[in-house]
Amino acid sequence: MSTPDRPTPGQTIGPFFGYALPYEGDADLVPPGSAGSIRLHGRVYDGAGNPIPDALLEIWQTDADGDIPQAEGSLHRDGWTFTGWGRADTDLNGHYTFSTVLPGAAKDGAAPFFALTVFARGLLDKLHTRIYLPGHPANAGDPLLVSLSEDERATLVATADATGLRFDVHLQGDRETTFLTYG
Amino acid sequence: MTAPTTKQSVETQADLSAEIAELEKLSIEADAEGQNVRQPLLDYPPYRSSILRHPTKDPRHADPETIELWAPCFGNSDVDPLEADLTIAGSNEPIGERITVSGRVTDGEGRPVRNQLVEIWQANSAGRYIHKREQHPAPLDPNFTGVGRCLTDSEGRYRFQTIKPGPYPWGNHINAWRPAHIHFSLFGRAFTQRLITQMYFPSDPLFALDPIYQSITSQKDRDALVARYDHDLSTPEYSMGYNWDIVLTGPSRTWTEPEEGDL
Repeated sequence: MSTPDRPTPGQTIGPFFGYALPYEGDADLVPPGSAGSIRLHGRVYDGAGNPIPDALLEIWQTDADGDIPQAEGSLHRDGWTFTGWGRADTDLNGHYTFSTVLPGAAKDGAAPFFALTVFARGLLDKLHTRIYLPGHPANAGDPLLVSLSEDERATLVATADATGLRFDVHLQGDRETTFLTYG
Repeated sequence: MTAPTTKQSVETQADLSAEIAELEKLSIEADAEGQNVRQPLLDYPPYRSSILRHPTKDPRHADPETIELWAPCFGNSDVDPLEADLTIAGSNEPIGERITVSGRVTDGEGRPVRNQLVEIWQANSAGRYIHKREQHPAPLDPNFTGVGRCLTDSEGRYRFQTIKPGPYPWGNHINAWRPAHIHFSLFGRAFTQRLITQMYFPSDPLFALDPIYQSITSQKDRDALVARYDHDLSTPEYSMGYNWDIVLTGPSRTWTEPEEGDL
């Protein structure tokens, strides 16, 4: 067995991705307002509590039945195919919005979540985290959630609101989001 | 780590270079003591915009769950092969040195990342991006948008036709210039392998001065972001060739040999 190759290091996404990476329909995993759709939204903040207007978030999730999507078509959505992946850049208020469905559990008894990556100008590499569903009974047995303090756990669970879920990201500060490594 | 400085705008390259050197020294010492130094560092004050935008807590370890061991799927309905040629967006050819950039995307064991999305964006040959927040008063090129996409082939190879981007000033300190680079966005075989990074060109005199490049404090890892001039990739009487290979690591599901018809 040879030594694994060193990973290519990341670099910041910089300030100029806005004309390159976002595309029409990028954040709409399902058409907004369609049956079963929810809004997943929130704001991204820096360590001074200011919104970050140049962040890019990506989610990757199971479908409502807990299956892993392996369908192409995320870049040219047809409105019918659920690809499980979406991309949203923040606006001048640091706000992002996805239209999607609640992820199902990939295994019986597992806590469903959205996998989330965060990129931003000023952030030198990607960050990984998870967005868990509020009040889901399986959260109590989730290996990651139970390994965290109450404060840390709170940063990973979305809040229910009138249209779906709210999830804020704090890159730094008292409410710093718990980020993950898979080591 | 050094505390962030509060000085504004009067900072010179010499100030920044001293900070860069000090952080590299600390990093090499930490590495020698057996600490696994993150590459790049996220807490890297010479890149001033990072000061309030880096997590202060160590990341928590998670065993990747099912969804994290898979990657989103892209295909021919997502990407037109013409998107790999950045020189055909306008009615005329863009101004600049024509280049071909090609390489292989593999995982840590050298296995190809097949049929996966690669996205790039870059400045034009004058160092100007098409972006509303871009302030650099260099000329725009009506024949160059600087955006490209492709899918890797069955061996993990990608290939773009473009023009060489120029360096540009960026206001981090007085006389701060970014080395010429192309931004790359990559998906691996698992979402844990997602990567956004920058490819640089050989022997750029700005490397030593650039806080973003130097946030990778290990020379060996920095070198991995520099393309290699590849004469075999140059097209006679047409364009210069650069090779740049990318390694995406992170847990993924069990690797399987491609089945007939996958290729």
